[in-house]
Amino acid sequence: MSAQSIIISASPHVHSDRTSKKLMYDVVIALIPAFLVSLYVFGIGAFIVTAAAVISCLLFEYLIQKFLLKSEVTIGDGSALITGLLLAFNLPSGIPIWMIVVGSLFAIGVGKLSFGGLGFNIFNPALIGRVFLLISFPIQMTTWPTAVENQTALADAVTGATPLGIIKEGLTFGGTMTDLASKIPSTLDMLLGVTGGSIGEMSAIALLIGGVYLLVRKVITWHIPVTMLVTMAVMTGIFWLVDSEHYANPLIHILSGGALLGAFFMATDLVTSPMTKKGMIIFAIGIGVITVVIRLFGAYPEGVSFAIIIMNAFVPLINTYFKPRRFGSKIKSKIV
Amino acid sequence: MLKTFPKGGIHPPENKITSGKEIKRMPVPKVVYVPIAQHIGIPSEIIVDRKDKVLKGQVIAKTSGFVSSNIHSPVAGTVTKLDMMIDSSGYKKQCIVIRTDQKDESNFEEKEYPLIREISLSQKDILQHVIDSGIVGLGGATFPSHVKLDLKNDNHVDCLLINGVECEPYLTADHRLMMEKADEIIVGIQILMHALHIKKAVIGIENNKKDAIKVLKEASKGDTGIQVAALQVKYPQGSEKQLIKAILKREVPKGGLPMDVGVIVHNVGTIFAIYQAVQYNEPLTERVVTVTGKKIENASNFWVKIGTPIKDLVEQVGGLPDGTRKIVNGGPMMGKAIKNTDVPVTKGTSGILVIDQNEASRGEPKNCIRCGECVFVCPMGLEPHLLMNLSEKGLYERASNEDIMTCIECGSCSYVCPSHRPLLDYIRFGKNIVKKLQTAKN
Repeated sequence: MSAQSIIISASPHVHSDRTSKKLMYDVVIALIPAFLVSLYVFGIGAFIVTAAAVISCLLFEYLIQKFLLKSEVTIGDGSALITGLLLAFNLPSGIPIWMIVVGSLFAIGVGKLSFGGLGFNIFNPALIGRVFLLISFPIQMTTWPTAVENQTALADAVTGATPLGIIKEGLTFGGTMTDLASKIPSTLDMLLGVTGGSIGEMSAIALLIGGVYLLVRKVITWHIPVTMLVTMAVMTGIFWLVDSEHYANPLIHILSGGALLGAFFMATDLVTSPMTKKGMIIFAIGIGVITVVIRLFGAYPEGVSFAIIIMNAFVPLINTYFKPRRFGSKIKSKIV
Repeated sequence: MLKTFPKGGIHPPENKITSGKEIKRMPVPKVVYVPIAQHIGIPSEIIVDRKDKVLKGQVIAKTSGFVSSNIHSPVAGTVTKLDMMIDSSGYKKQCIVIRTDQKDESNFEEKEYPLIREISLSQKDILQHVIDSGIVGLGGATFPSHVKLDLKNDNHVDCLLINGVECEPYLTADHRLMMEKADEIIVGIQILMHALHIKKAVIGIENNKKDAIKVLKEASKGDTGIQVAALQVKYPQGSEKQLIKAILKREVPKGGLPMDVGVIVHNVGTIFAIYQAVQYNEPLTERVVTVTGKKIENASNFWVKIGTPIKDLVEQVGGLPDGTRKIVNGGPMMGKAIKNTDVPVTKGTSGILVIDQNEASRGEPKNCIRCGECVFVCPMGLEPHLLMNLSEKGLYERASNEDIMTCIECGSCSYVCPSHRPLLDYIRFGKNIVKKLQTAKN
């Protein structure tokens, strides 16, 4: 043993085997069930959209880091992969590929790297990409192919509407929930995923399996998803109890649209969610309330993406005002 | 449901390889190196000179203030040098070097210490014995123990906590001591209860030491004032504040001491040393040290003379294995990496841990992904990511406002950080500067 071979460093001398990379790939694994359902429902179209989004996200991250920022290339850390997957999951399966490429560029370039890369972005990059596309190309972004008969066919032949879209349109034109009952997919269909909608938000069961995996692997905690869904259920429940003819029941609200995908995969994004449990609960309540307000009273049938982005903007503030209780202090939360 | 502290904490792999190994006696070293700064507080004052003959147990450096401690010669022999030597802190410190007299029988006799239950000394004499015997906290903090015994009359201390938690992975010194010296520890507790006029004592032991819990429960049967509390296994439960919270649900106020909530905490090793000092007038010159590591051949627990070079211990367990990259004085969470094996065992050395390449090297720090894991595990309710950031940027005032000084340096944040960020390194750095700024202000 020579003196040089000994390492001197400060404690602790051991480290848990968790790494950022492992966390990221756990999220990817958790998205697999939902991806499989989308393949089953939309066929090869879902695969093409997903592949296009993932490849362009990775490619843009590489190109921007290598040639524009001339910084370390971090496409291996799994975060661009997740951005690509989540962006794809928020798109309809029939969307033109060039739009996916534009959305990916916006997600990675503006949503993530312009802020300084992983860990510095304020907004969820995938949602930034999606909302950019939604505002720029509203028609294409809300043209929902329904389940295809032949899974190998490109699935832009049949178009349907999302359950939330049906409700929004129906109610806006003076219908009641009773009138619409026959048009809304059954609860079972929504659980399994045989409805219209974005690629990844189809099957409630598949998303729940992924969500439970993330909870078991301790990538996320229950605070955000549970609080967000409970807030939505309570709020829509109150409206439904008051007037069930003009408001859909909470189960429809939870199982349809991006609620589950948002609750388990988007709102829980480590970088853009609060860092204390107290903060997470405030954050999730905010998302739930804004989502319901948009869904019930806004122009868009769905509001999860907007709600998450709006609450993302509050995260630095939440982190400042909702601190953990310091050991040995009487004050519950300190205001700086 | 077992008791534990409510906020934060981690579960590192326990790796208590030596928990079944009886404490063996180390051969008497040929030379001992006794540093004079082995405790928190003012270094002791050397009262011997070169070429002086010293007896075993003779005071060689005496206490030089209230928060200071006597140091005794662990062997009979001759002082060969008063030298500066690197100790486990990594700095050169004054050391008294003593060559063991191979002819002196007192060095090699195996003294028997039959159990003495009766406590004959008065409160004042007990305190004097603790001062004279150079007892310091053996859990690692090495705070002079008599300071915690010399209470003012208006104190409202009502409970003595005995720390048998040993939450550091690998270490088993306290565990073995509790197994082998249970009766002595109980008498030691009674001595302290007598000295402090306290009616209640609780021994806190984590539930991964079920045998020790059983043995101590058995040993304390006759005394209704002494309870044994089995605790959930969670690091850093051995930290004083967390232990008090776990057992008594009392919270030491920010910047306060256990005494502020009516509690005095002593480590089991200290209790045994106090027992020896009070019942046998035996000064603190040896302690139990766990010598361990995954690749160490005969990892075990030893009675080691203070001042024994660590290389003697390593030799005893079969030498350093190939690929050794780090030698730690203490446990893996809070121990100090030492520069070489010439460093001597001091009163605060609870273990020597040998680590190989895989565990020794740190991961490359990556961007903070703001996962909040450091916030969740911090037992003090701090935000390590923020404190690191503030220290890094030189914003010490804000770091101070964010309670950086209450950090207990348990290392849970650095342990869990998935981006391998050196959180505790920066927090320590920030603490040092904040401390200096505060001293400058006063």
